[in-house]
Amino acid sequence: MGPGKAVSMNRVFITGMGAISPFGSGVDVLVDAIKNNKSAMRNMTAEWQKHLSDLECNVGAPLSEAINKKDIPRTFRRTMGPTAQMAYLAAKEALSASGIPDELKNSGRMGVVFGSTTGSVEAMSDFFKNYFENSSMKNIGSGTFFKIMSHTVAANLAHAFGLSGRMFSTDSSCTSSTQAIGLAFESVRSGIQDAIICGGSDELHPLVSGSFDLVYASSYKYNDRPEMTPRPFDKDRDGTVCGSGAGCLVLESESSARERGANCIAEILGFASFVDPGSMAQSNSDTIARCIESALKDADIDKKQICYANAHATGTLQGDAAEAEGLRKVFGDEAFPVSSLKGYMGHTAGASGVLELSACLRAITEKTLIPTRNLDKPAEDCKGIAHLLQPSPFNGEFFIKNSFGFGGTNAVLILRRC
Amino acid sequence: MESSHNNVEEKVKIVLVDEFELDEAELSPDATLYDDLGLDSLDSVDLVVALEKAFNFKISREKDEETIRAIRTINDIYDFINAKQADI
Repeated sequence: MGPGKAVSMNRVFITGMGAISPFGSGVDVLVDAIKNNKSAMRNMTAEWQKHLSDLECNVGAPLSEAINKKDIPRTFRRTMGPTAQMAYLAAKEALSASGIPDELKNSGRMGVVFGSTTGSVEAMSDFFKNYFENSSMKNIGSGTFFKIMSHTVAANLAHAFGLSGRMFSTDSSCTSSTQAIGLAFESVRSGIQDAIICGGSDELHPLVSGSFDLVYASSYKYNDRPEMTPRPFDKDRDGTVCGSGAGCLVLESESSARERGANCIAEILGFASFVDPGSMAQSNSDTIARCIESALKDADIDKKQICYANAHATGTLQGDAAEAEGLRKVFGDEAFPVSSLKGYMGHTAGASGVLELSACLRAITEKTLIPTRNLDKPAEDCKGIAHLLQPSPFNGEFFIKNSFGFGGTNAVLILRRC
Repeated sequence: MESSHNNVEEKVKIVLVDEFELDEAELSPDATLYDDLGLDSLDSVDLVVALEKAFNFKISREKDEETIRAIRTINDIYDFINAKQADI
């Protein structure tokens, strides 16, 4: 060790999880719905047509019930749009499950890394409606800016839970929460922090779904049969469906977790995040493969040890094919089971990585794997990976989580079951 | 005049209950906004916006900032509103 060198390399455990998903509040609710093969997709025409008359995709995965705002103290809620409100409730569950002591939260040794695609879309929409109608900001409340700013989620969580360590906001659309987990992992592994809450959040809004319409990434053929879409890796897939949600993990150093006898859900071993500079809209298979290989190297394990991949696969034509090819390039043909959870809860964008990982972690703890919903017949361009079509027993140890996002971002985590 | 004052008090209480989710029973004239009712500087910004809407007048930074900053109690709000209305 010398100047500029890392001082330690800690093992990093997940000691708590929390979720607000389209199925409702809590990790248990999310996992139960998935186990029962439920779809969160709804036809949104009646609600969305009031805002946008020419949407192609009229399917969404909204929260099944509105958040009870009274669950969030007013002094915190006044600066939170729905994105931060969902994150608050997910973080509250994760912190409670973890049992992190209060003295750690305000010690400077515990921080927050959270991301969302943008600040609250609802708050932005309300603000600009007023701005364009009145050319004035005089009747805007003090909380509006704090709901809209890009780091609204991370900042609000830090204040609400009194976390005084690192605060980073990983706002990279669909990779937001996987990047957040990765950056939090690196912060704890390096000894900079003892614990971090991390994850992501995004709210469903017609403007969000409309943005996917614009780049032909949304599903539009199943408006009258919402439960049949999205269809990851399927030959009849036609795009993704946006959803609402937030997820949170508590990451903790081995010494902190062991000292207080915390429950270890899983260990994070490696992380990589690269960008594909060739396309704003999606990553190609080479950059996906490079990211996976880098994460494996970071974890210092042989690729043959991986027993399962939780795919990003959103149901888009190009994205699913690129991911299947990327996995095949690294691991070879049908090396281990692969599944995507978008068919259950839609694409919760900034929350997708952490919500899907949370569901997987619970399933893997219970020694089962979750199959891909709506995958009736794998597409020709998605073949060569072992698609999981039914729930399957799992006794493996190591697995990977992929996320890819607009802007060409890739993020991959390598984990080990505790 | 008495009924006008009562009307002001009633409207101010409605603003405080609706905007800050306060219990009406807490809203005695001598209750302090920060210490007794738990409001803070961000809330005072929202209070200005809410009072403008409720009483349909503009609160000017140039004219009113000093008076607004001096408000400590609910009674101070009543006095401010009454003076403002008299001014109009």
